[in-house]
Amino acid sequence: MNGTDLVALGPLLALGAAAVVTLLSIAVRRHQRATATIAGLGLVAAACALPAAADVAPRQVTALVRIDDFALLYIGLFLAAAFATIVLAHDDLRRRAEPHREEFHVLVLLSTLGACVLATSTHFASFFLGLETSSVALYALIAYPRSGPAHAEAGLKYLLLAGASSAFLLFGMALVYADLGALSFDGFAAALLAGRGTPALVWPALALVVAGASFKLAVAPFHMWVPDVYQGAPAPVTGFLATVSKGAVLAALLRLFVALGGVERPVVVWTFGALAVTSMLAGNLLALSQRSLKRLLACSSVAHLGYVLVAFLAAAPVALEAVTWYLVAYFVTTLAAFGVVTVLAGGDREADALDDYRGLFWRRPWLAALLTGCLLSLAGIPLTAGFLAKFYALAAGTSEARWALVVALVVNSALSAFYYLRVVVAMAAPAPAAAPARRVPLGAGVLLAVLALLLVGLGVYPAALTALIRATATALS
Amino acid sequence: MSLLWLVLLPVVGGLLALPLRDRGARWVALGALAAALALVCAVWSAGDGGRVADLSLAWLPQMGIRLHLALDGISFVLIVLTLVLGLLAVLASWTEIRERVGFFHFNLLWTLAGIVGVFLALDLFLFFFFWELMIVPMYLLIAIWGHENRTHASFKFFLFTQAGGLFLFVAILGLVFVHQQATGELTFDHDRLLDTPMSEGVAFWLMLGFFVAFAVKLPAFPLHTWLPDAHTEAPTAGSLVLAGLLLKTGAYGLLRFAIPLFPQASATFAPYAMALGVAGILYGAVLAFGQRDLKRLIAYTSVSHLGFVLLGLYAWNEMALQGVVLQMVAHGLATGGLFVLVGMLSERTHTRDLEKLGGIWDVAPRLGGAGMVLVMAALGLPGLGSFVAEMLILFGTFRVAPVMTALATLGLVCATIYALWIVQRTFHGENRGGWSFADLRAREAGVLAALIGALLWLGLYPQPVFDVARAALASLQGVVSGGHS
Repeated sequence: MNGTDLVALGPLLALGAAAVVTLLSIAVRRHQRATATIAGLGLVAAACALPAAADVAPRQVTALVRIDDFALLYIGLFLAAAFATIVLAHDDLRRRAEPHREEFHVLVLLSTLGACVLATSTHFASFFLGLETSSVALYALIAYPRSGPAHAEAGLKYLLLAGASSAFLLFGMALVYADLGALSFDGFAAALLAGRGTPALVWPALALVVAGASFKLAVAPFHMWVPDVYQGAPAPVTGFLATVSKGAVLAALLRLFVALGGVERPVVVWTFGALAVTSMLAGNLLALSQRSLKRLLACSSVAHLGYVLVAFLAAAPVALEAVTWYLVAYFVTTLAAFGVVTVLAGGDREADALDDYRGLFWRRPWLAALLTGCLLSLAGIPLTAGFLAKFYALAAGTSEARWALVVALVVNSALSAFYYLRVVVAMAAPAPAAAPARRVPLGAGVLLAVLALLLVGLGVYPAALTALIRATATALS
Repeated sequence: MSLLWLVLLPVVGGLLALPLRDRGARWVALGALAAALALVCAVWSAGDGGRVADLSLAWLPQMGIRLHLALDGISFVLIVLTLVLGLLAVLASWTEIRERVGFFHFNLLWTLAGIVGVFLALDLFLFFFFWELMIVPMYLLIAIWGHENRTHASFKFFLFTQAGGLFLFVAILGLVFVHQQATGELTFDHDRLLDTPMSEGVAFWLMLGFFVAFAVKLPAFPLHTWLPDAHTEAPTAGSLVLAGLLLKTGAYGLLRFAIPLFPQASATFAPYAMALGVAGILYGAVLAFGQRDLKRLIAYTSVSHLGFVLLGLYAWNEMALQGVVLQMVAHGLATGGLFVLVGMLSERTHTRDLEKLGGIWDVAPRLGGAGMVLVMAALGLPGLGSFVAEMLILFGTFRVAPVMTALATLGLVCATIYALWIVQRTFHGENRGGWSFADLRAREAGVLAALIGALLWLGLYPQPVFDVARAALASLQGVVSGGHS
């Protein structure tokens, strides 16, 4: 390893260092605002290391990670999402009046580090390491507030199921190694293309890897944990879980399947196509009957991952562009939605039941307008980022003439509008006499304003993001 | 740039009206619409009658998507109709809407902006953008300010139009990728997609995708079930915009996109589409006189009248097409006027039930007189716009499909029955409800007089509309016959 390698690894190193420094600062003195500031600065520092890393990209650093524009784009996305999480959590933690609130920020940094490693991984070892670093921190984050049993229950549920999925993943990797002696994605692909694989071992291995990843992505039928965990986790953590954790696994899967390229394409298409359709249907049908906004967003996220998989199945450059676009739009929308949920929390409970949103338009017009924007974006209505995202997913599907998937997406999209609109109508209903609302803190207010601008900006002027993504997508294919 | 402003004026007006209360919001809405009306007239009169303005800017160049807006005769007629009815919608809700006035006008103006955009867009992606844009505010208009059963009706409206819209989107994407495969050029531009070479099967399926979306909006016979609910439950301004304008976007879509883009497939499909049109004419008319709710009755007459539009469109000759354009305008004015009238009536009586109404003429002769004229316009009395339009459609269609035309003519007989039924049950007879209320106020009388005046003008001297639309229709016909050769 030489100096250039270190520059390329800069963002990861800065993030790791930030976690250590934050931890040490807590040892010196417990101060929630200071800790949050240090963690935030750590994320900014990591982001500042991105341009330098981009100058030396693409670069394979050891056999484990590859720093290229694709990875850097995803790292940037994760850093931004983590920053948003810290801003929101700062408000949330203060409201909860928990003792020992400071370690929360360390855990966010660690989980983000794991996600960034996933985005760069070209090897099953770094895949697994990144995934575990990300997940272990999340177990603690989900169960962080000790005010009630719901958080602990959610944390435990995630721990058990994520542990089981890691076991699947690990077993799959072990089978690959047993059969082919390769753990790097390229080595795996080369061995398969050379016809060295034993079908009885390689196919179960791939199936296990896909199953393990599907747990993390929460695509049906591996989605059972989602509603409970989304509801039980504090709202900023739910936002983090929905975006960074899933985005990272998707980035790693993209790398793996781009490397595998043309290997047994029909089987891959059928597998992911089936996952996509079941996810869309399961997510949307479950969401129809939810009475809790967090559970509703959880079910809708299952459906959205189904839409992403439609984009995932296109040919490499189209798929990369469509998936990345979808993820960016989904990140913005989801973070904004959970941001609204966070700042609407009052007293000792979160605003979760749909009844909490009744008449919100007349009580908190700005927040209600933003949440409406988020829901319309999730439904894929014009003027929002989600519209372009859905356009990309459909365009990716039609480019390969996968009409069954496209029609499934269309039907589900119409279905999903039904429950998003239910929330909008509830917000527009006459306002009940409500408890005095908490003021939106400055940091969270600025963050939500930026997210709202992005939500509309991406919907009105998509060309800039497309140009950025297109520049990076060439790095992979 | 002036075309962009045509869309932006209502958008900006809506944003300005949003924080305002009562009078302020209403005047801002009137001002924005009047300014847009003046602008479109200025742009049109500066041109030579063809495609007078054309704006094409890069929007998402990587995907071949451009901000392409153009104004020709058909667009001009429909945009003027949009803005005029928009002005009347603001006036008609002057006293009806008392809650959240700013937000109401925001939704109304954004719906109108979407509709104006639909009539201007020549990039298919942009067209779809506007197509979807108008749905959400319209939905909110029904869901928030509607009548008793508004939640159900607004959901039904949204789901039908949204599902239809997504099929349109898939069809657009399909067409674009077929075009890309054939020519290597990725573009959503209407002008470039016109002569896309494709196999008959592909063309048929894509055409069907377009047709379904437009037929939902139109609404054509089996896809119309959202309409009676939505029209009945919407507030007056909502019903006016729905009947007068939203339905026209479906007809416009068929005229501008579905048929010219797929001339061959449309010719194959024409008999079925015309059969659906005739079915709509008869079915809508028969159901209309089974209704007790006055608004529901008028809603079904829309199904019937728009059946003529579908019939005329697929006949595709100049006479029928001129009739179609005129029918769109005349139906917008007549049915819109009827909804406004019912709004005024139910503001006074708090009922729309034909069993309870009656004897209104004695109480409010001006209201009754205006109602009489509008109902006569709906049944197609000579001298009023609808008569000219429906006759032209029937004459034009007769050359192509005499049997269909004969059946469609039965619709006129039914129209007479339901129209007279309205007059008899509402205005004549015994005053069973013991009604007693003030007659039309000056503002209300002005709104109805403007509508009736326009209908008379169209009925007695429709030539200006024909002149405006002629060049645009000729170029559409040229495109289609070019495709045949």
